[in-house]
Amino acid sequence: MKNFFRISFLIALFFGFQFNSNAAEKVEYLKTDWSFKGLFGKFDRAALQRGYQVYQEVCSSCHSMKYLSYRNLMEEGGPEFSVEQAKAIAASFEVKDGPNADGEMFMRPGRLSDKFVMPYENEKAAQAANGGAYPPDMTVLVKARGGGVDYIYSLLQGYEDPPAGVTLDDGVYYNKYMYGNKIKMSNQLSDGLVEYSDGTNASVEQMAKDVTTFLMWTAEPHLETRHKMGFKAIIYLIILTVLVYFSMKRIWSRIETKV
Amino acid sequence: MSEHEYTPKSKVGKWFNDRLPLLTLANHLTDYPTPKNLNYWWTFGGILTFCLITQIVTGLVLAMHYIAHADMAFQSVEHIMRDVNYGWLIRYIHANGASMFFLAVYIHIFRSLFYGSYKSPREVIWIIGIIIYLLMMAAAFLGYVLPWGQMSFWGATVITNLFSAIPLVGEGIVTWLWGGYSVDNPTLTRFFTLHYLIPFLILGLVVLHIWALHVPGNNNPIGIDIKKPSKDTVPFHPYIVIKDGFALLMFMIVFAFFVFYTPNILGHADNYIEANPLVTPAHIVPEWYLLPFYAILRSVPDKLLGVIAMLSAILILAALPWLDTSKIRSAVFRPLYKQFYWILVADVLILGYVGAMPAEGLYLLIARIATAYYFLHFLVVLPVLGFTERTTPVPLSITEPILGGSPNLAAAKKKDSFKDQ
Repeated sequence: MKNFFRISFLIALFFGFQFNSNAAEKVEYLKTDWSFKGLFGKFDRAALQRGYQVYQEVCSSCHSMKYLSYRNLMEEGGPEFSVEQAKAIAASFEVKDGPNADGEMFMRPGRLSDKFVMPYENEKAAQAANGGAYPPDMTVLVKARGGGVDYIYSLLQGYEDPPAGVTLDDGVYYNKYMYGNKIKMSNQLSDGLVEYSDGTNASVEQMAKDVTTFLMWTAEPHLETRHKMGFKAIIYLIILTVLVYFSMKRIWSRIETKV
Repeated sequence: MSEHEYTPKSKVGKWFNDRLPLLTLANHLTDYPTPKNLNYWWTFGGILTFCLITQIVTGLVLAMHYIAHADMAFQSVEHIMRDVNYGWLIRYIHANGASMFFLAVYIHIFRSLFYGSYKSPREVIWIIGIIIYLLMMAAAFLGYVLPWGQMSFWGATVITNLFSAIPLVGEGIVTWLWGGYSVDNPTLTRFFTLHYLIPFLILGLVVLHIWALHVPGNNNPIGIDIKKPSKDTVPFHPYIVIKDGFALLMFMIVFAFFVFYTPNILGHADNYIEANPLVTPAHIVPEWYLLPFYAILRSVPDKLLGVIAMLSAILILAALPWLDTSKIRSAVFRPLYKQFYWILVADVLILGYVGAMPAEGLYLLIARIATAYYFLHFLVVLPVLGFTERTTPVPLSITEPILGGSPNLAAAKKKDSFKDQ
């Protein structure tokens, strides 16, 4: 029995290896230290605030964030802007509301309870403005891509001139991390593009990291609670398991059979 | 079944029990004589009950917040993840719970295959189990459609299209299943209704499964019939309850790790993209627990035959008690069967692996060989083995292995020590 277990294990290993070698043909993503990885992973508050700034100043002109509300910006576990800051951010957007008593739609300043204002009226408008490509909604984007945060982080820095022999249509760009290498979004980041209020140097790498951190939070707003609760739950379960183990030993010691 | 007639001590208890013998039932369940040599592979029955109840309870809460509408389903799931108190926890438990349920059921099924638990007199328990497994697959598939992501939509399209393979009425059946001419809102609402219904059917069948188990009693690692109650048995409570409880807690630690630390690893990234009938994903793959059957489906070049092969792969299990001609239950005393058993395990793992890969070239070849072997195992190996295999001597009881000194007893002992930590 053991032999066959070993054999099947080897077969599994063999295929696992095959799988890896297939994956190796693809490009390796750029790596960076993510503060939110690991058992105790937390978001870097400052990075989230900077990331919001990058999203707001660079991405939001094309990419919507439709499942996020302005109130989320001040909630625990996120960028944790102060209530005043969040209110000011919300108020800087014009929100369509109505109909009023006259049956007219009207514009008013945003409130904390409003969802993020969308850059385009609808998907068709977004496509029309972007050469037929729909800029995907960014709220859960990192969870919707196989490579997750590493993929987004790499993609933002992956623009280069196409290798010889690759011809690109108008409005198509070469990105070494994009699936098929052709992307309709042009390179968005350049050194010093945004001016961080905390004095951090806005290098391309820094902005890519900050905005990706922000996107991780928009996709998983309860990540910090989840990590904290998970640690407690697992410690609790381990203690309970040990106690039950000794109770079991004691109960089974009444008869000769071992457990 | 306890031999003695149970009478409640209190007068009220006796009055009630004469009218509805619930106390007799409770007494039967606590006293139920269980073989004392059951190892940890036997704890998965209890673990599966826990999984079912977890899915029902979390599912009930999710259904309070979920909106079964093609335009709102995806958004309502994000609402659960963000704005419902601990909604993310409930949803991650439910989503990972499905995987944990299948992990446990596969161990449960393969335990049964190893120790011959499906053999006489336990055929009915086994067949009910297969029906439960089929319903589980249906529930899991329907549930995967509900978040209305890309994999939900295209998975639903692929699977429902299988019915179009049926001659003459196929296309009509597909339209009937969809409630229209493509997977759309009517499909989603009926899938939601059925997804809500099936767990309760499973619950009913689980009651029958346990009832049928309590007639002959548990099989055990050496697979012999035992006298009940006797020195070979222990009462279910507290011995088995505490042991099942201990195993369940270990299982819950693994479960918790998935829920809290890698909640999306078992899902597909594409399911976080809202369903779009105009964009087909590059690879449409089912959840990991359906991959072996998906591989069998794709290994047959003809659509109808592929569907038949896939269904037969599951239904053939129901015929297992009659396909396996050996009178000896436990693989411990069947040296050849034991080897074929592990080959089958490897075969199913290989099928699962190629099911996740594109159906072309080497992968397709491997899938075909593995599919052929899968059927060969049940249709040829098992029936022949029962007649030709030289089994090793089986002890007469658990406590008194009177065949002392035989090397086979050492094997039995070794098997026994499986349950030592």
